[in-house]
Amino acid sequence: MTAATTPTAPTAATGKQTAGRQQSADPLAGMALDVDALIDDPATAIVVCCGSGGVGKTTTAAALGLRAAERGRKVVVLTIDPARRLAQSMGLTELDNTPRVVKDVAGPGELQAMMLDMKRTFDEVVLAHADPERARQIMENPFYQSLSSGFAGTQEYMAMEKLGQLQATGSWDLIVVDTPPSRSALDFLDAPNRLGSFLDGKLIRVLMAPAKVGGRSAMKFLNVGMTMFTGVLGKILGANVLQDVSTFVAAMDSMFGGFRERADRTYQLLQAPGTAFLVVAAPERDALREAAYFVDRLETDRMPLAGLVLNRVHRTGAPQLTAERALAAAETLEGDADTDSSDGGEAGGSAFAQESEVLAAGLLRLHADRVRTITHERRMRDRFVSIYPDVPLVEVPALAGDVHDLEGLREIGERLAAG
Amino acid sequence: MPDWEGVRLHVVSGKGGTGKTTVAAALAMALAADGKRTLLIEVEERQGIAELFGISALPYEERRVASVGPGALGRSGARTGSAKGGREGGREGEVFALAIDIEQALLEYLEMFYKLGRAGKALRKVGFIDFATTIAPGLRDVLLTGKACEAVRRKGPDGKRHYDAVVMDAPPTGRVSRFLNINTEVAGLARFGPIFTQSQAVMRVIRSPETAVHLVTLLEEMPVQETVDGVAELRAAGLPVGGVFVNMVRPPMLDEAAILAADGDHREELGMALADAGVGARPGGGARKTVPAATKKLVEPLLAQGREHAARVLLEREQRADVQALKLPTYELPLLSGGVDLGGLYRLAAALKEEGAA
Repeated sequence: MTAATTPTAPTAATGKQTAGRQQSADPLAGMALDVDALIDDPATAIVVCCGSGGVGKTTTAAALGLRAAERGRKVVVLTIDPARRLAQSMGLTELDNTPRVVKDVAGPGELQAMMLDMKRTFDEVVLAHADPERARQIMENPFYQSLSSGFAGTQEYMAMEKLGQLQATGSWDLIVVDTPPSRSALDFLDAPNRLGSFLDGKLIRVLMAPAKVGGRSAMKFLNVGMTMFTGVLGKILGANVLQDVSTFVAAMDSMFGGFRERADRTYQLLQAPGTAFLVVAAPERDALREAAYFVDRLETDRMPLAGLVLNRVHRTGAPQLTAERALAAAETLEGDADTDSSDGGEAGGSAFAQESEVLAAGLLRLHADRVRTITHERRMRDRFVSIYPDVPLVEVPALAGDVHDLEGLREIGERLAAG
Repeated sequence: MPDWEGVRLHVVSGKGGTGKTTVAAALAMALAADGKRTLLIEVEERQGIAELFGISALPYEERRVASVGPGALGRSGARTGSAKGGREGGREGEVFALAIDIEQALLEYLEMFYKLGRAGKALRKVGFIDFATTIAPGLRDVLLTGKACEAVRRKGPDGKRHYDAVVMDAPPTGRVSRFLNINTEVAGLARFGPIFTQSQAVMRVIRSPETAVHLVTLLEEMPVQETVDGVAELRAAGLPVGGVFVNMVRPPMLDEAAILAADGDHREELGMALADAGVGARPGGGARKTVPAATKKLVEPLLAQGREHAARVLLEREQRADVQALKLPTYELPLLSGGVDLGGLYRLAAALKEEGAA
């Protein structure tokens, strides 16, 4: 990574320690994340955006995709549950699980976008691994129906499954993936292990037993404790549930090998050098705590972390004016305005001038508030940087409103690149 | 009378990043005033409650996390009116918290039906937990909602409810209907047997007037849109919609006139006013009627900030109108600069009580 240059950090320009000022020292700005270098690099094939909910993860993914496309790459963005307006900004109106070309992309590249439909993705997996008859059995099973359409956790697996599918087609040279808005977004990292321990476990055999020859075959596998357990399970769940589960598991059994292989492959894909994880956060305590969790987790799993995107950072065009001075001046002006009005506006000149004083006071208070926000955000950022000095970071200045169109996404992309 | 008299299960949802946990905690505290006992439940294994209250990680155990002394949330009018004589008025309210651990909850759930003993251990050994989370992730939701309903229905030896209210820091809006309705699905799968009976019982609580599903939002487009959609979805799912909690509300810093003025061309006068107040130049220095260069440099950035603020105030006004159009009880909580700590929670709880949410 290149050396830290955060041109907009006000202290960077004025240089060393301004005596006594509490503004954070520049070394803490951390390493800069060069977004353009990342998306321009032909070796970058997959970018995964993760982070807690409400930090602008989906928007970041979409903006990155657009920027990459306009800089010449052939990109697909996979979004999970995007806000309606964001989806519309990319021309996505329906959830059809197929990448759609995003129109009006300016530049040599190409952008496609899609929303994940987890049920359909799950069905595709089943169809790919089972013969038509078995696939039908599985899809008609009530357990499969609840599992594929609703249960928490399925989304994470299916997002990764879809990523694997998109990658396998080889139709794009960059895939940008958004992840579900929860901590469990990293559950997919556990998938291969979990499936593994599940397959090697006895439970699957216990559950399959009733589907086979009565309870007899179960006896062979199991010790006394186990038999007791199946009995209990049967009583708890009710025989019909056990029956449904075991038919389901039996039907799925032939697919588990395939599942596991796929999960393993996706896991390796994620660890591969062509993948880059971006952790997205906002400069607030909670969001950064979650970001720290993601960073740790990615490191544990040896996933390639490209850096942290710190969204919605506030800036000011007048960093030289401190909050204290702005407030003091506002008080002076408000005092003046009071005097002015009490002596009929004579001393302060026209009513126009008085109005300006009120406006100036308001603007100064606003500035003081802004500067305090910036100080707070910087403290949050610095804390993170002290703990993770090696994680490259880019700050994205806050946008006044939400993104409604490609222009808005483009603007975010520019801010991402400018840092 | 507070708005949610009779409600015993408060489910707090909202878009991610809107401060669900904070609102849930403040509500649990507000409801605990006047000597009540409340339970705050965390379902996402994030230990957000511990973080908020500034305590170490919560075990799977109901722990007292705060007390709300009489008058702690300000004078709340007639309800505590008889503070000197009334026994109720002088009592201390208590807030308990519980962070649900899925594995333990699962064993507890099964224990409810049978004495498992060794079989319980066997469950863990054969990887039932892995099974549950891999193949039936919905089981999590069954356990979480089941636990909350158990706390709601629990009675003390005197036959009174153990908790006056249970507040659940629930999954985000996008998932909450499914989360709460999981038991309907389970009942459909099980059709009969103890699990069927249990899930029916849970649904009876969740769909009853004893439950209210509140949504937390910010005055921003996406969260408000999600709230509007969320209300529709909850209604469609037959779930009891509660109130809307508008969180992190910032007071407008500029009045109407100033907002309009920020748009006009006042650069010269503004520079003058700033110079008068000694901004950007030493006060008293320089001739009057000329604006020092250092001051001039401030005019544009300050105006830009003013315009941004004006745009935001207008946007917030639109969003507030959209929230009001829902015609639901709405509460506003102020933004506490520097984040929320225990002291901040008391302030938010007082605000909720003041507004009639508790």
